[in-house]
Amino acid sequence: MATLRMREALRDAMAEEMRRDEAVFVMGEDVGVFQGAFKVTEGLLDEFGERRVRDTPISENTIVGAGVGAAMAGLRPIVELMTVNFSLLALDQIVNHAAAIPYMFNGQAKVPMVVRMPGGGGHQLGPTHSHSFEALYLQVPGLLVACPSTPADGKALLKTAIRDDNPVIFIEHESLYGVRGEVPEGDDHVLRFGEAAVRREGGDVTIVGILKMAQVAEEAARTLSHEHGIEAEVIDPRTLRPLDLDTILDSVRKTNHAVIVEEGWPHGGVGANLSTLITEQAFDDLDAPVQRVTGADVHMPYSKRLEQAAIPHEEHVVSAALATLEGSI
Amino acid sequence: MPDLPDAATCYELLARMALIRRFEEEAGRQYQRAKAGGFLHLAIGEEATIVGTTSVMRDEDFLIGTYRTHGHAIARGTDPNRVMAELFGRVDGTSGGRGGSMHIFDAENRFMGGYGIVGGNLPIAAGLGLASQYKGEDSVTVCMFGDGGTNTGNFGETMNLAALWTLPVLFLVENNLYGMGTAVERHSAQTDLSKKAEGYGIPGTRVDGMDVLAVREGVAEGIRMAREDARPTLLEAFTYRYRGHSAADPEVYREREEVEEWQEKDPIENFAKRCVGAGVLGEREVQQARDTAEETVLAAAEFAEASPEPPLDTMYESLYATTDPSGWYAVDERSPEPHRGEREESMPDTARELAEAGAAYAGRPEGPRPNPALEGDAREGTAHNVEDSGEQAVNAQEDEG
Ligand SMILES: Cc1ncc(C[n+]2csc(CCOP(=O)(O)OP(=O)(O)O)c2C)c(N)n1
Ligand SMILES: [Mg+2]
Repeated sequence: MATLRMREALRDAMAEEMRRDEAVFVMGEDVGVFQGAFKVTEGLLDEFGERRVRDTPISENTIVGAGVGAAMAGLRPIVELMTVNFSLLALDQIVNHAAAIPYMFNGQAKVPMVVRMPGGGGHQLGPTHSHSFEALYLQVPGLLVACPSTPADGKALLKTAIRDDNPVIFIEHESLYGVRGEVPEGDDHVLRFGEAAVRREGGDVTIVGILKMAQVAEEAARTLSHEHGIEAEVIDPRTLRPLDLDTILDSVRKTNHAVIVEEGWPHGGVGANLSTLITEQAFDDLDAPVQRVTGADVHMPYSKRLEQAAIPHEEHVVSAALATLEGSI
Repeated sequence: MPDLPDAATCYELLARMALIRRFEEEAGRQYQRAKAGGFLHLAIGEEATIVGTTSVMRDEDFLIGTYRTHGHAIARGTDPNRVMAELFGRVDGTSGGRGGSMHIFDAENRFMGGYGIVGGNLPIAAGLGLASQYKGEDSVTVCMFGDGGTNTGNFGETMNLAALWTLPVLFLVENNLYGMGTAVERHSAQTDLSKKAEGYGIPGTRVDGMDVLAVREGVAEGIRMAREDARPTLLEAFTYRYRGHSAADPEVYREREEVEEWQEKDPIENFAKRCVGAGVLGEREVQQARDTAEETVLAAAEFAEASPEPPLDTMYESLYATTDPSGWYAVDERSPEPHRGEREESMPDTARELAEAGAAYAGRPEGPRPNPALEGDAREGTAHNVEDSGEQAVNAQEDEG
């Protein structure tokens, strides 16, 4: 085991896969000389050179599209978009092309590409630089969606993503890049997509959180235990497509209560989706309606005070858990 | 080299440039003090390009720019107090603290923003031009963007549309030689950016962006073509940012000597020297321009500091263009109710105090749960947290986007 920051774990995943497979290369804005806007590609240019670590112009749709073409022709591109916000400019290539091509051409072509993009709020970056688009990408058939919350998962999932033959939207969280964690060493530590992690066991309420909110969910669970004597089971799905619904449903069958935490917008969100799945498939096991904790239904305000009020915090999760328990029938 | 205009104009140009320079220095200082947050992109070194441009625009003309536009707004006439207050995220800011440094806006002075998405302002500029044309008004639009912005899809699509519809727009590339850490020759195959729109039918020229008079001349001609001949054109101004891309840039992509070379061409120093040398301005007036800038900027920082933070119950204001405060749009769909509790008056006192102090507050709202369906405005009950996480702040400083 080594203790690494998330950004280092992700970098190691890319470096190891690039050593392993000549077809793997990285391209994106400022990934080379500048070493990555968030320093995730630090050192890659030195080791692999400009052929495999390619600085691109500010042309998101074209960068992703070039990734699609290269992937169709047998390469394994890792495209870094500086942030998820800018992935909106590449939505056409991601949705109409990368995601559709395998199906639309009846399996004659595949798109083994990873599009990495960090997002999330909390840094006062304002309305155009604080999006959470897990739900947006989750909606698209043909895409795989990963959203790791720990360095170990980040590394293992990224390696899997690179080896996978499908287009993968790999969502990172800007606030997690500096977070340290134990990371297993060795080339072959990979993680299957669609395997949730149970971060904490408990019998009273199930709390599902993704990305930064996976951490917030754990903090809330500790508070619930210490201050309210409530034992929460905390689940981090780690990938949203495929989704390990079984682990979540098993937990809900045990606790009969569920809270879902995400940073994104409430309408049509990850929580809205998961809440529907739980209600459809475990209705009889629920003692109260599923509670969602989400970001505010606004464009992220810059003002620190408004921004903090727009992002879910531990006490919101605690309140949601208490509310669902209070609401028990 | 263009001739010097009259003394009053020279003074005005010098004073504006000095004000922007001093404003940006102060903004940088306030960022270090953590009074301004997020990303901070300073335009120090680029003052001649900004002021040269705005100095030949009419009041009714539109200016639209990027995320490096504190100076553009100020040059257009926006009160520096309000720009600084925006950087502080306060209610008296140009966007009431909603937008921050990257999203300055001032409709009154026809500064049409301030956009965080590279290239996003280009199609909007075409639309502003379309509106002038459509309404038969003779206002024009000046659209400023970076060298890196010329590589966006928006650039090509906008050039075609502007040429096709003969829109009254001057496109002005602020070529500061880098898009973030990538030098022009590493990001653009055509390094003569003035030629980049030729194929679309938009002619281009180049101008010394460190010389305020040269910029004036170039922009005046572009504006004339837009206004009188209904011809969009492209102007490439060579300029340079002395500071990093934003506050956290380690600048590994350029040499110190290069920065120093450009500082030799300083737009303010050199223009002041020329004015004094020609006897158009005296040393005393140059000093006066500097002193006034100093006073204005210090007053702006004080103003910003004194301006209140936006009240939490304004969270949903302006989301939709409607004035009925009890309408459907004000309903916060989040559950559970603490999220609906962004109305300050109803916050428990201790919670409010802690929140004001920037401390973390954890607790449950008192009283019955409001029913949004019954209340119309569901923002009742309350709990709020201002979590001041050091880790996050450090991350934002060290990272760059
Ligand atoms: C669509 C988009 N992609 C990437 C970014 C991140 N980014 C912000 S500024 C910048 C460089 C822009 O360079 P340039 O256009 O030359 O303007 P300058 O910063 O030099 O004024 C980049 C890549 C962004 N804001 N928007
Ligand atoms: Mg530039």
